[in-house]
Amino acid sequence: MKKKLSPLSLIYSLLIFVFLYAPIAVLIIYSFNASKSRGTWGGFSLKWYAELFSNKDIMQALITTLSIAVISAVVSVVIGTAAAVGIYYSRRRTKALLTGISNIPMINADIVTGISLLLLFIFLKLDLGYVTLLLSHITFNIPYVILSVMPKLRQLDKNAFEAAIDLGATPLRAFFSVIIPEISPGIVTGAILAFTMSIDDFVISFFTTGGGVSTLSIEIYTMAKRGIKPEINALSAIMFLVVMTLLLIVNIRSSKVEKKKER
Amino acid sequence: MKKIFALTLITAMLFSLAGCSSSEDVPTLTVYNWGDYIGDGVIEQFEEEFGCKVNYEMFDQNEDMYTKITKAGGEYDVVIPSEYMIERMINEGLLAELNHDNIPNMENLSQYVLDRDFDPGNKYSVPYMWGTVGIVYNKTMVNGEITSWNDLWDPQYEGQIFMMNSVRDSMAVALMTLGLNPNTREQADIEAAQAKLIEQKPLILAYTGDEVKDKMIAGEAAMAVIYSGDAANILMENEDLVYVLPEEGTNLWFDNMCILESSEQKELAEKFINFMCEKEICEINRDYICYNTPHQEVWDSLDEATLHTYPSADIIEKCFIYKDLGEMAKVYDEMWTKIMVN
Repeated sequence: MKKKLSPLSLIYSLLIFVFLYAPIAVLIIYSFNASKSRGTWGGFSLKWYAELFSNKDIMQALITTLSIAVISAVVSVVIGTAAAVGIYYSRRRTKALLTGISNIPMINADIVTGISLLLLFIFLKLDLGYVTLLLSHITFNIPYVILSVMPKLRQLDKNAFEAAIDLGATPLRAFFSVIIPEISPGIVTGAILAFTMSIDDFVISFFTTGGGVSTLSIEIYTMAKRGIKPEINALSAIMFLVVMTLLLIVNIRSSKVEKKKER
Repeated sequence: MKKIFALTLITAMLFSLAGCSSSEDVPTLTVYNWGDYIGDGVIEQFEEEFGCKVNYEMFDQNEDMYTKITKAGGEYDVVIPSEYMIERMINEGLLAELNHDNIPNMENLSQYVLDRDFDPGNKYSVPYMWGTVGIVYNKTMVNGEITSWNDLWDPQYEGQIFMMNSVRDSMAVALMTLGLNPNTREQADIEAAQAKLIEQKPLILAYTGDEVKDKMIAGEAAMAVIYSGDAANILMENEDLVYVLPEEGTNLWFDNMCILESSEQKELAEKFINFMCEKEICEINRDYICYNTPHQEVWDSLDEATLHTYPSADIIEKCFIYKDLGEMAKVYDEMWTKIMVN
């Protein structure tokens, strides 16, 4: 079945990986640079890692970023999955309409979303801060969850749910033991996507936060005036490794599950 | 019925959550500043001395800051924008007049940073940091000394010059070299500056942003146009680098502290501004930020190398401050695009 790669396509794919990963490799290498400048190599040093962990502001922003990312991913997965199921089982016209509406926030420019959320929060007299930041992240995450759950619903065997009901399961039971396990890969993808989008976001966070609450992306972007600190290299290196390990674990697990199924 | 009940419950929960975040008896002051633009521990020291809490927030562009405060004005007390933005905010009535009796430390600031055109008499703003634009050069790579903007057109440095990738700053360099007004709105002047920059193109290695610091440290080019604060930073890293303020004069910029008209903590805000003008605090900020300090004594106590990055009195006389270009901003942008594609 599997064909060997021809040398040309091997070189081609190698080049692509170099382009994708060389910047990250440089970043990781420079996080060990003793000199503050990116132009010169001042010898190996762990001092930026030490300074990173003693920098209160960055650590506080890291905690905020991670907690917002986790909570918003979980909440938006729940809401998004429910919404996807609802949309999928609605009438054809409603379905098209709802799918369209749920897609718009994704293609909408971040700055428009950010400012309109800001205006909404002020209209509702909510104090800008952690809560408004979290609400915004949940809001822009939901469409991504819907988007990743929908295809799995389409692949679903329509009869499975009815069969479960015929066998005496309550609709709720059938939903949790038949539909959810079938669409779980979509839910996991949605959760990972939501988590990354949340960590990634600057524009919406910038406009919807307040009360001194700040995320990593705000910390990093606003450093632009004086140049990015080397501590950020260290932090990015750690985050890259953590995400990499997480992805590896997820992939290894799912390939094991597939192998089991094949047997 | 059940649904409506659930909805009300959820809304109530959300509002109660939102309520938690903002209930303390201690007065709270919200300060909005550029990112990474304050010395370590300064905020904590203020909180301790004045028994209050400071919400410290950051922005990365004057324009973003402007959008946020016009939409969520009530949230902020002290903001630190640049001079052209201050002028605009004064005109729009966004800033509160300062009570100078509460800011006695203003006396200690240098006469050069006070009473500038964008805010005559400092009715609305007090200097926080300021700086210039100059030339940094590598003395091992040039013949003799660099003293003038004209040296950026010296053909012997072909492919060895960094210019700024910024319309306003690069056009201003060309206009100053030509002896024209850097705030000009005359079409003919702008075209002359454009021609001058196109003439310069063969000498240019790159139009740079922030990365110019690293490139100059690494000795990639003979000279570069650079902000004074960045210059002070890189002079410490490479001994061959020299910073000069060209004899024709240069651009002066300011980041000043202002209080928003919508602030409910004006007196505390004035105390904050006064605190930031204290000698000890200005020293901490000078050492951390490396931009020019407005405090006269702190300025005088600089070591010689850093002092050299500050403009002398007669250069300050020749300096200019950016004014709003109005409609002509578009023309500048068009000219710049033509230079870049030429």
